[in-house]
Amino acid sequence: MKLLTGNDLPTGDVLWWTGAGWSRHVAEAADVGDDGAPIAAAEEAARRVNGAYVIDATGTANGPRPAHIKDRVRALGPTVRPDLTLKPDDASAIAQVI
Amino acid sequence: MYKYDQYDQAIVDARVDEFRDQVQRRLAGEITEDQFKPLRLMNGLYLQLHAYMLRVAIPYGTLDGRQMRMLGHIARKYDRGYGHFTTRQNLQYNWIKLNETPDILADLATVEMHAIQTSGNCIRNISSDQFAGAAADEVADPRPWAELIRQWSTFHPEFSYLPRKFKFAVIASDEDRAAMRLHDIGIQLIERDGVLGAKVFVGGGMGRTPMIGPEIKDFVTADDLMSYLEACLRVYNRYGRRDNMYKARIKILVHEIGADEYRRQVEEEFAQVKLLGIDPPAAELARITAMFADPAYDTATADAVDRANANFGVWLDQNVKEHKQPGYAIVNISLKPVGGIPGDASADQIDVMADLATQYSFDELRVTHAQNIVLPHVRKADLYAVWQKLVDAELASANLDLISDIIACPGLDYCSLANARSIPVAQKIATRFASPERQRDLGELKLKISGCINACGHHHAGHIGILGVDKKGVENYQLLLGGSGAEDVSLGKITGPGFSEDGVVDAIERVTDKYVAVREEGERFLDTYRRVGMEAFKEAIYG
Repeated sequence: MKLLTGNDLPTGDVLWWTGAGWSRHVAEAADVGDDGAPIAAAEEAARRVNGAYVIDATGTANGPRPAHIKDRVRALGPTVRPDLTLKPDDASAIAQVI
Repeated sequence: MYKYDQYDQAIVDARVDEFRDQVQRRLAGEITEDQFKPLRLMNGLYLQLHAYMLRVAIPYGTLDGRQMRMLGHIARKYDRGYGHFTTRQNLQYNWIKLNETPDILADLATVEMHAIQTSGNCIRNISSDQFAGAAADEVADPRPWAELIRQWSTFHPEFSYLPRKFKFAVIASDEDRAAMRLHDIGIQLIERDGVLGAKVFVGGGMGRTPMIGPEIKDFVTADDLMSYLEACLRVYNRYGRRDNMYKARIKILVHEIGADEYRRQVEEEFAQVKLLGIDPPAAELARITAMFADPAYDTATADAVDRANANFGVWLDQNVKEHKQPGYAIVNISLKPVGGIPGDASADQIDVMADLATQYSFDELRVTHAQNIVLPHVRKADLYAVWQKLVDAELASANLDLISDIIACPGLDYCSLANARSIPVAQKIATRFASPERQRDLGELKLKISGCINACGHHHAGHIGILGVDKKGVENYQLLLGGSGAEDVSLGKITGPGFSEDGVVDAIERVTDKYVAVREEGERFLDTYRRVGMEAFKEAIYG
């Protein structure tokens, strides 16, 4: 599957395209198929996202899992600061990134 | 320390206003990201993996307590309560918001700080010896010259769009504590026949093509130094490659045309530049130099230190260095606790270090390229009190220059350029070698980790270096041995096939075990490696 990701323009937060808008949680990301580029163009033009790009991912029981570790780190947060990730209380979250 | 004059303050304030307007226009959609990106980079603002990252310049790593406190304030107010001290003697914030950046820069400007030229193809922050002005072995204080180069290079109209970024280091001792020859231009102040001047090395650097800068000028008088540097930059600006960013650094130019031809062209250019009168008038140089005068040392203070506390004694031996002034010492604050993140300091720790500087070090601190902090002028009589406060703040790791004093770039945990994580590897190595006795037995061992070929973690210059790479989507770590950024400068060599994250920790232990087995009396790891060669270590690593 293909995911569309980028950053929030004013805050820099990592965003994922849900099919209807943007979420900070990769679990809510939608498969954009071949439509990533036009969605990215429209959303960037509207300044709802910055630097959007398409990545490969696989579907899992917990939602989409980015194929590359860089995007998995983006999706969670720094593996060396669990307290600053999106799942500070989930002890298994970092292991799933790696 | 240097204090801004009206011109310094005016240009920094004007830059804040200018960037505030640029940010507003970007948020309003009046300019695109393609148009905005070079503008934000000129102000040290990157977009990294999780957020914007702001790199704040700390000229030649020198700052005062008020400035340090401001760094803590910004960490607390605008970031997530910490900052990361870098190998360029700067500080980076990892969680910055674009819409708050103008306010951050305005706050910085109130304490004579900024983020100008911490990115882009321009002359970056000037680095220097963290012991400048305190070391007994320097021929002159390098900071006035570093400051002069800072002023000359700030908004220099000719050198704002160089082929690639450009890094200076200025030292004034035979002992190189600033990796001087691994800079685009390295300057060593020297004296010849009672005249102050400099050796100039051009074309050093790390990154994907590491090179040791060759000596281009064995002696240029201080009176001619700025003209000579201008000539060096002009030749690069004219002939440095702009068609290929991987071949655009000055080291490639010097390597391709040869040091002799580069030198000849610089001399030719220098003859023209010298006529322009850009070297500073004596009065201006004296004005700058006066700001770096020695503090008012207490000449009656005791030279002896009570070592009754054993842990204090260990810290004293490892982290405290000789000062040129009797009764004083140089205190190194390690930002490398075992299991911690190299170079990171919380806002509270930043405040503690600022307060220690104010109370005990004539209000002065230094940031080192090894991602530690220095209190340059501490009375020996105050060392125990300083140590106690460092202990309370978890800043008293007694591991300077030992295997756990690891340089590590932010790596894939933060950096969009990285291919692999650096910090977890540093944490695992430090934990494996956590025993203070074992570390001290291994002695000086500089371990440096980069998460990609750009080498922000100086892996080429590590006695042991580690380079993280992406091997078919999996983190893999190459091991290098034999590098040095010091006066015995050398580039590390790759041992062979790479390792997993845990595998590289095991491999390092096999390297240190081999060292312990074959070392001779008084040999550091690097000395032993140079004596016995790579093969003996390869055999130990790979069997």
